Amino acid sequence: MGSDAIWIVGSNMTKFGKHPDKDVIDLASEASRKALKDAEISLADVGVLGVGNLMNAGAGIGQQLQKQIGQTGIPVFNVSNACATGATALRVAVMAVKAGETDVGMAVGVEKLAGAGLLGQTGQKPKSETWEPNGRYGALSSTEGRIGTGIMPGVFAQIGMEYGHKYGGTSFELFARISEKNHAHSTLNPLAAYQKRFSLDEIMNDVMIAYPNTRPMCSGNCDGAAAMIVVSDEKMKSMPKAVQKRAVKISASVLTSDPWVDGCQILPDVNTLTRNAATQAYEQAGIGPEDLDLVELHDCFATAELVHYDNLMLCEEGGAVDFFESGAPWRDGAKPVNVSGGLQSKGHPIAATGIANIHEVVMHLRGEAGDRQIEGARVGLAHVIGLGSACGVHILEKVA
Amino acid sequence: MCPKNKLTVVSVLESGGHMSEEQKSEQERSTGKVPFVDYLVLDKTPYLQAHECESCGSRYFDRRNACAKCFEDTFRQVPISREGEVTSFSIVQMGPIPYVSAVVDCEGTSVKCTLMNVEATPESVNLGMKVKLMTYSMGEDSEGTEAIAFGFEPSET
Repeated sequence: MGSDAIWIVGSNMTKFGKHPDKDVIDLASEASRKALKDAEISLADVGVLGVGNLMNAGAGIGQQLQKQIGQTGIPVFNVSNACATGATALRVAVMAVKAGETDVGMAVGVEKLAGAGLLGQTGQKPKSETWEPNGRYGALSSTEGRIGTGIMPGVFAQIGMEYGHKYGGTSFELFARISEKNHAHSTLNPLAAYQKRFSLDEIMNDVMIAYPNTRPMCSGNCDGAAAMIVVSDEKMKSMPKAVQKRAVKISASVLTSDPWVDGCQILPDVNTLTRNAATQAYEQAGIGPEDLDLVELHDCFATAELVHYDNLMLCEEGGAVDFFESGAPWRDGAKPVNVSGGLQSKGHPIAATGIANIHEVVMHLRGEAGDRQIEGARVGLAHVIGLGSACGVHILEKVA
Repeated sequence: MCPKNKLTVVSVLESGGHMSEEQKSEQERSTGKVPFVDYLVLDKTPYLQAHECESCGSRYFDRRNACAKCFEDTFRQVPISREGEVTSFSIVQMGPIPYVSAVVDCEGTSVKCTLMNVEATPESVNLGMKVKLMTYSMGEDSEGTEAIAFGFEPSET
């Protein structure tokens, strides 16, 4: 292993769900303190703090967190990057350690979203009695509904449908079956917001949100936090043997934004930046998709999971439907995907998601995933995407 | 194009058959109609127009400071085909009235829209269906100016 390797030595996530008695800082404190304990390290050793939160992006959540767990004067980076916010906070910590500015970094993602409703474009009321053009389209009022939709379930529905138009083989039932898989997986994850198994009929006959996504096919708004401690190679080797044994190597840490492609201003392109991130990550790690023992990918909607099989190159181009039909992404399949239950059942407290998905992989590589353990897992990939767009891909390896 | 640049007055002929901003707003004043978005041109036969990068040909419907593909900053106005094909859609059922949000490929240019004059059911819409541009009234403001919006509707109606 190279001396520039970065290791995860502490990791934690709160239970996702409703936490009416805890505020954002309570949740962040819980995950942070438990991650520090997991790493058998003191906050005094941490040299950089990356904190992700979307709903209070201007509130200095990182410093608010320090007030509750310890004010040590270290640099704090409060980050906000849509659904990739957590992964961005981790990237900050990883970059600081990699740059040699510190040996120990902490990343935290936290969100309170229970009951937040639909996210995305919201309507703006006309400002005057007369028609006045506003914004970059010179629109007379909100374009939502008038010119298609910008609300997440509809956008991601169209992203899945676009894949179907390009390659064929998709159907309402196919997308519902992807959701059926993730809900089935969630029954083994005590940290998931929802652990209910749904039959295919139940999923297809539930409330339609944005065809072809019914309610159980959408990620659940909920509360939660996740935190992670990363250290340099040198630091890791100085830590207690028990910590070293459970250390997980970050073989690749990549963040991309969406490059220009034709039509991307009409329907956001979540494909190219994911494929770019995956390509860079596989190169960095020196491994390929065939080496992965498990994948946590950003299934914000059932329609999104399908396209990311392809974007992460878990199948050949255009082969996502066949990949799913083969049974590969089920937990007992050739390439388990979202054994945590995914965002559809584990829940999606936005800024926590991009760290929680890495936490899930860490648990499996350590052999600490309990009933849902993928036996013998040594290599895993975590993917997150935020519309706008930002994509994080991390590849983790069990080396010790 | 927006913001309205008072310095670039071009004749209809010089601009390749398209009206300048002044001519456009003059027409709007005389007809008492305004488009819902500034890329809808309320000609005798209404059409959508895009800002096309003069350097690389990329097309945008919103105001741009520079081209996102090649970074150049000069654009020309080009008309978009009124006919297209649905390449993606969703039936949005979160509000009181379900509607069809769609992406339409208009001879190589993608357009975002709501499908009109079609039932908002999976049976009524399909990928690849042929559609055409249509316009409709959004009503009048307090000064009697009528706003005109656009949508796409099935070609076989």
